[in-house]
Amino acid sequence: MRLLIKNGRVIDPSSKTDDTLDLLIERGKIVDIKTKIESKGVKVIDASRLVVAPGFIDMHVHLREPGQEDKETLFTGALAAAKGGFTSIACMPNTNPVNDNRGVTEYILSETKKNSVVNVFPIASITRGQNGAELTDMADLAEAGAIAFSDDGLPIEDSQVMRRALEYSKILKTLIINHCEDKNLSGEGVMHEGYYSYLFGLKGIPASSEETMIARDIILAKKVGTPIHIAHLSVKGAVDIIKEAKKKKVMVTTEVTPHHLFLTDSLLENYDTNLKVNPPIRSEEDAQALIQAVKDGVIDVFASDHAPHTIDEKDVEFDKAPFGINGLETAVSLFLDKLVNKNVISLRKFVGMISTTPAAILGLENKGKICVGADADLTILNLKKEIVVDVNTFKSKSRNNPFHGWKLRGAPVKTIVGGKIVYTSSS
Amino acid sequence: MKSSLLSRLELNRRRDLAFKHKHLLGIQGLTSSEIVSVLDTAESFYEVSTREVKKVPTLRGKTIINLFYEPSTRTRSSFELAAKRLSADIVNFNKQTSSVIKGESFKDTILNLEAMNPDAIIIRHSASGIPYFATTFCQHRIINAGDGSHEHPTQALLDAFTIRQEKKNFKDLKVIIVGDIIHSRVARSNIFLLNKMGAKVVLVGPPALLPVEFKNFGVEIDFNLDRAIQGADVVMMLRIQLERQAANFFPSIREYRNLYSLTEKRFRKAKKNAIIMHPGPINRGVEISTDMADSAKSVILKQVENGIAVRMAVLYLLLGGKKREAID
Repeated sequence: MRLLIKNGRVIDPSSKTDDTLDLLIERGKIVDIKTKIESKGVKVIDASRLVVAPGFIDMHVHLREPGQEDKETLFTGALAAAKGGFTSIACMPNTNPVNDNRGVTEYILSETKKNSVVNVFPIASITRGQNGAELTDMADLAEAGAIAFSDDGLPIEDSQVMRRALEYSKILKTLIINHCEDKNLSGEGVMHEGYYSYLFGLKGIPASSEETMIARDIILAKKVGTPIHIAHLSVKGAVDIIKEAKKKKVMVTTEVTPHHLFLTDSLLENYDTNLKVNPPIRSEEDAQALIQAVKDGVIDVFASDHAPHTIDEKDVEFDKAPFGINGLETAVSLFLDKLVNKNVISLRKFVGMISTTPAAILGLENKGKICVGADADLTILNLKKEIVVDVNTFKSKSRNNPFHGWKLRGAPVKTIVGGKIVYTSSS
Repeated sequence: MKSSLLSRLELNRRRDLAFKHKHLLGIQGLTSSEIVSVLDTAESFYEVSTREVKKVPTLRGKTIINLFYEPSTRTRSSFELAAKRLSADIVNFNKQTSSVIKGESFKDTILNLEAMNPDAIIIRHSASGIPYFATTFCQHRIINAGDGSHEHPTQALLDAFTIRQEKKNFKDLKVIIVGDIIHSRVARSNIFLLNKMGAKVVLVGPPALLPVEFKNFGVEIDFNLDRAIQGADVVMMLRIQLERQAANFFPSIREYRNLYSLTEKRFRKAKKNAIIMHPGPINRGVEISTDMADSAKSVILKQVENGIAVRMAVLYLLLGGKKREAID
């Protein structure tokens, strides 16, 4: 099938393109890019006054399948991604069973092939059953299709195991991702440790629990000489450590979520469990430092850390609720409203951080860019479209999102994966 | 006798117009004049407990549920006696003999109790914020009897009642609160209340139990009890839970006692007419020596006695009088 996208403002950070152009798509690839393309017998999309960007990539999502299909499935997670403007997502291994063997990786890929409207790239665990002790058969998993390795919310505590994982990753072209948290320092914490945790009487997770492990991982990655990706940065101290490491040319990349950029801990005054997330929503000072780090290029990637949970699980006392925010369907509008439309960062930088850079970090050669021969994964945005977040319209199976009711300007209006339109907004 | 009670109730009715709350969730939501109105109302109920027939018909026909998820001696019986002395019917919920043991959730428990049409539910629970959570789905009045490490408003009110009894007013009183501040709902509610009433609060404890962020509550903090106790009008000791030692909040009970126990020698540095308070239960010989706990300066049992009058006042202000528009 052929598709012609006309008159869109095409943004491609890799070639620094920002022009009104037509794109012709054939058999899943971009085959022509010109100021004016005339072609008969093709489906035409009029993208006048819209932005055409390389498909967005969310390298940190939880799709819950296999094992927790009451929260989300590969099918519903992909629908949510498409609605959120994402054409590719990388899913964390904390499923049941854990994605620590070829069987689970292959299951995810085959289910995706059958059902999914977006590309799904499984991330396998670094250790067996995320036990933090024995490495998985990483080469076998990479061969089966695991795109990266992470023990997700159960970060590797034993420094020797982390070192061995980094060393082993050298023989594969793969990436180690770490959720940096010293669980001993976090203890039974449920929110950011600081004035507000003491005020609300909730147990705190200190900033140091993130900072200490990031520092350790950077020291190890530097020694071993491998890249490492630090998931969801949340505190100012972590920004400072990463900044220093980058100056010293350590191969470290980082990501940040909308909730860590745009929410602060004082909001927990009503004990809303939809604000319970790990790492926790931090202080105003931390959020400001993260925004500055985005502007300065210390943070490389935007990600959602999409973590769906059922209403029953979240509708409980704060201490008991699981950590996690359902973020795929609100991330792009939040970034557009709070950063792009308020001129905090340029549109090109935004597209770079949500498409080009994650594609480069994950080694997705034909994604994250608009050029002849690239995959026809595209996200079309309307920067002026006003939306009101309504969790009841979510495609995701779950509803745990703290932005419900927020009015935002800027939204994805069409998502194209492999030349196929997988999402079109209603108005 | 009877007419004096009537005039008192008339006075109370006027006071309750100044107390327009649907729930009592914490001290944070109260103004200083509302606090005074609770204390004044409590004063008028104080005498009821000294009578031979300890009962007034004020809340006849009202039903109250005492929902205690945590063990409690004082607060639970105090609320129960307060309700009974106001002629309300009160049902005691015991977690151990309830369906909570079968796994019924907090929300379902409340919804089921609510279906029985009580007028108020008194909640004690180990999770901070639980009364707020309850108000998100429960139509009835909620009274916080202690939520996690957050608030224990009736304790702070009865402490205030006791302080006022002894010291007449709060202005410029030096109150020190000593011990496990970080985990204490009693400390928090007292800090909020004493700040509103104009007292000067100094928190004392080892650093792990007293994070410096507490300064932002508008209080002073001091890690040295011998220094902080100088010139204190009120010395409020908190119970130290023995399991805190296992988590290394302090090295040993011996070490804690040496640094933070209230002994006669230390108490001599306080003001001459200083009083000793403790919300109970006390660990004799740990945070307070037996001679101090039982001394003439100790008002620990007065606090317990006053708890009934204060809780009668709270129940009356929330449930008594004519139905009126609540503001929250």
